[in-house]
Amino acid sequence: MCLGVPGKVVTVEGDFADVDFGGVRRKVSLLLYPEVGEGDYVLVHVGFVIQRLEKQEALQTLELFAEIEKAYEESTDEEP
Amino acid sequence: MKSQLTRSHEAGSSASLLEEIAALARKPTRFMEVCGTHTVSIFRSGIRSLLPQSLELISGPGCPVCVTPLGEIDQAVALAREEGVALVSFGDVMRVPGSSSSLSQERAGGRDVRVITSPLDAVEIARGEPHKKIVFFAIGFETTSPAIAAAITEAKRQGVRNLSILSSQRLIPPAMRALLSSDAVQIDGFLLPGHVSVIIGKAPYSFIARDFSLRGVITGFEPLDILEGVVMLLRQIQEGRAEIENQYTRAVQVEGNERARRIMGEVFSPVSARWRGLGTIPDSGLALREEFKEMDVAVSFDIPYKDMADPPGCRCSEILQGLTTPPHCPLFGARCTPEDPIGPCMVSSEGSCAAFYKYGGLS
Repeated sequence: MCLGVPGKVVTVEGDFADVDFGGVRRKVSLLLYPEVGEGDYVLVHVGFVIQRLEKQEALQTLELFAEIEKAYEESTDEEP
Repeated sequence: MKSQLTRSHEAGSSASLLEEIAALARKPTRFMEVCGTHTVSIFRSGIRSLLPQSLELISGPGCPVCVTPLGEIDQAVALAREEGVALVSFGDVMRVPGSSSSLSQERAGGRDVRVITSPLDAVEIARGEPHKKIVFFAIGFETTSPAIAAAITEAKRQGVRNLSILSSQRLIPPAMRALLSSDAVQIDGFLLPGHVSVIIGKAPYSFIARDFSLRGVITGFEPLDILEGVVMLLRQIQEGRAEIENQYTRAVQVEGNERARRIMGEVFSPVSARWRGLGTIPDSGLALREEFKEMDVAVSFDIPYKDMADPPGCRCSEILQGLTTPPHCPLFGARCTPEDPIGPCMVSSEGSCAAFYKYGGLS
């Protein structure tokens, strides 16, 4: 339940940001972490940014996510 | 299912981490992960099957849904049955059985029960439907509580008057202290929860080293993060250290998120709370402060908490303390399955029983 999802800030408007999660966009609140700008990578939990991530590390996480998803899908495809 | 780790492009790093683990874990060693997301990642990646026999990873009380006592689920169910109420909560809690019904059964029976994905949804619903009484069954650990607090602040600022909060939030460090103080389970170190730590930082865990001479590593959720967390714990043992370290540096700042903690502290104050399996723990729950008391469910509804015994045969309470594992429960896999769960550890996707059931046979 404490899952945080990394995403990239597309636009900031007041207390909200439009965040891109690998193609899916969501409006998230900045009330808990206002210091973000366009292009920043952030960690989002239940509709709130809770932390900013370093770009390099965020990308690694996103890649790793994709890699794991792929490996997982392959492994479940092969075996009943 | 084969381990993902042996297939991924990170195989090189995982192989060297696994080699180091094998070299360091010669004595019987037991680490507890205190986060349901870790539990799922460990099972899903097949990490248990790759570890040496001497090293055991056990799951602790790290899933908010699992540690919510039966009586609180009953309270939510009773609130959902009240005239004019829409009960809203996170999806995780919907199927958890109370003593006679669950929230999803209530919804199927025609009650107004809705899943929300953000606490702000509760405020939005309350604003949009002023004739309804919106009850937010607010469940979560420190990761979620600041967001709940921020939404409550927003509701007050916007003058929303038809929103009530059933606070079912719990704090992790007091539960870890209770677990260590009970002496029931022997643990050599903790994989500390990554996203709880994003909020609380490192300091609240210092008692683990100071008072219990044990170690903990704040750990991320990728399989490689977990292996690295395990290596860091093993190195501490080898070097005779008992410290709190941070593996998950890409997300966790040592000081945590101070603003989030401040908002949480403006809305809630710590109170003693009941935990399934662990009993009542001082200062481990959150109650609304005086300025927000008008939103407490107790103000608008007369539905007090009643203590209820766990379902007969269900060993969830012991599983949450790391005292036993799901296959040792007489109900596991036979009468209790993810499709037809009896205990919360099977309902929640982050529960140990659900993880064992889904990815079992790996350990």
